[in-house]
Formats: sequence, C-alpha cells, structure tokens
Amino acid sequence: MTLIYGILTGIIFGFLLQKARVLRYDKQLGALRLKDMTIVKFMLSNIIVAMIGIYLLKEFGVVELSLKPTILGPNIVGGLLFGLGWGLIGYCPGTSAGALGEGRVDALPGILGMLAGASLFAHTYPYLKSNVYTWGNFGKITLADALGINHWIVLVALVALYVLILRFLERMRL
Amino acid sequence: MKNTERPWSPYLAGALSGLLAVLSVLVAGKYLGASTTFVRAAGMTERTLSPELVNTAYFLKYNLAVDWQFMFVVGIVIGAFIASRTDRSFKVQAVPDMWRNRFGNSWLPRAVTGFGGGVIAIYGARLAGGCPSGHGLSGLAQMSASGFIAAACFFIGGVIMARLVYGRG
Repeated sequence: MTLIYGILTGIIFGFLLQKARVLRYDKQLGALRLKDMTIVKFMLSNIIVAMIGIYLLKEFGVVELSLKPTILGPNIVGGLLFGLGWGLIGYCPGTSAGALGEGRVDALPGILGMLAGASLFAHTYPYLKSNVYTWGNFGKITLADALGINHWIVLVALVALYVLILRFLERMRL
Repeated sequence: MKNTERPWSPYLAGALSGLLAVLSVLVAGKYLGASTTFVRAAGMTERTLSPELVNTAYFLKYNLAVDWQFMFVVGIVIGAFIASRTDRSFKVQAVPDMWRNRFGNSWLPRAVTGFGGGVIAIYGARLAGGCPSGHGLSGLAQMSASGFIAAACFFIGGVIMARLVYGRG
C-alpha cells in the first residue's frame, strides 16, 4: 500500500509541476538568473499551505514532524555544492524526472550524472563523516526551537514574510 | 505554437501541491523528497555488479529496495507525461531554448554539462541531507532550521553558477 501511495502522490505532484511549467530548464535557470521567479512562486505557495496544514494536524496529534538534522558543515557545504551543480544541470532531482516525462531528454545525462554522483557520495561518505559532519551539530531542531519562540508566532511571521516576498516579485514583474 | 502554452498559475499549482504534501503526511506518513531515490538506484545497480560494492556505511544505512519515495519519483515521470500530453506541451527536446540561444543547437555540450552538474548536485544534496524537495519544500514546511540553511545555500550556489555560465544579464 505504501508503494501505491508513493506512485499516486508522484503522479499528482508531477502533473502539478508540469502544469505550472516549473520542470523546465528555462524556468530553473530563469530563477537562478533572477529573471523569472515562477519556481519560487510555486515553492512558496506549496510551503505556505503545507506549513499551516502540517502544524494544524500536529496540534491535533495526528501527524509527526520528520526533521532533518541541522549540522552547519554538511548543510552549508552540501547546499552550496548542490547549488553549483544545479546551475549546470538546470534540474533538481525531482524535476529531472518530470522533465523526462514531458520529453525533455536533456534531463537524461543529468540523471545518469546524479546516479554516478550518488555512488561517489556513498563511497566517500566514511571520509566526510569524520570531518565535515562534525562541524556545528545542532541536531533536529526547528527555527522556533532555535529562536526559543512559540512555533505559531514563528509560523505567522514566516507566512507574512513569504507573502511580502511574493508581492515584491509580482511588483518587479519577475 | 504559442497558443498551445496555457500554463496553470504557479500559485494555484503550488498551493495544490502543498495540500498534496499535507495529505501525504496524513495518509501515508511520508514527506515529499527525491534525492534518496538516487542513492537507492545507484546502490541497487552496484549490487547487481557485485554485492561487495554496497558493503559500505552509507549504503548500509538504507534498505536498498524500491520504497515509497522511489515510486514517488517514478510517479513524477508519469504525471508530467500525462499533464504534457493533455495540453500538447509534450516535446522531445535535447537542447533547452535558453541554452540554444546562448550556446547553439549541439546536444553534446548540453549533455556533458548536464552530466557533470548532476554529479555535483546530487553529491551536494546527499551531503546537505536533501534536495529542493526534501530540504526546500518539506524542510521549510516543517520550519526545520536545516531547511532554511540548505535552501539559502541552494540558491546562493545556483545564482553563482548561473552567473558563471550565462554571465551578466
């Protein structure tokens, strides 16, 4: 059943990504060249809805958070590396799959590169584990934990911030 | 064929995908993500070559089998295919428009750049602990501190590389 949920969720997600045209190389590079912020609009809309929904359900005790550890070394070094690679491939792991689905076959060498890179990572992980992973480990924390403020206050502030960003993008016609 | 391009509003599609993300957590207990699937696929490929190859700490962390996220990524291919066929935006294209306008019509430079970018991107994503889905969407929806750091670094790195590739303007 878990596998069926997986493929159904993927089909709907892929459908929505394609309809908003955010799968495309031109849209991803458009955002990174600060010319077309369609993907940022998609992402922030997703985040606003999902954030409110997840925290409401969490309040009723029906869902749990699944936080990724905050470790400054790998989060920052890995994040920057991902970004540099993203600027070359023009797809992220999820959108590369979707781009292939809408016929953009230039995603294929990128996907092969990601498989090779995943293998490279797995085999170099023991070396990374003893250095970059030890830099600044704060564990699994939310922004609210880090600030020591009630999570609903942080959530409302973030929604306001995201809406302001979106209004700014519209005003700049990005 | 400009008139065949009728994209949905990114706000509508984004909000609906946010609703989907909430439902997925509620029904299946799964947060959206994609990059672990590349680890599983690489591991399963290596295992068919030699079981010894996957006897390393990182592959041992994961059960190397098709799981929820693997099916999710396969589903994205199918969903994008269906969506692009319904509005005739499906197009077999080996060189994206923006790339062609800048670097010409040859597919090989684009393929080599894509492959190299793919290696770097997934290496970074696995080191960071996730990609724009896992860290960006799911991480920020949970207000995870790691999500804010990673998402900011994704964009900083990306803007730098886009500037290196395309220059100013």
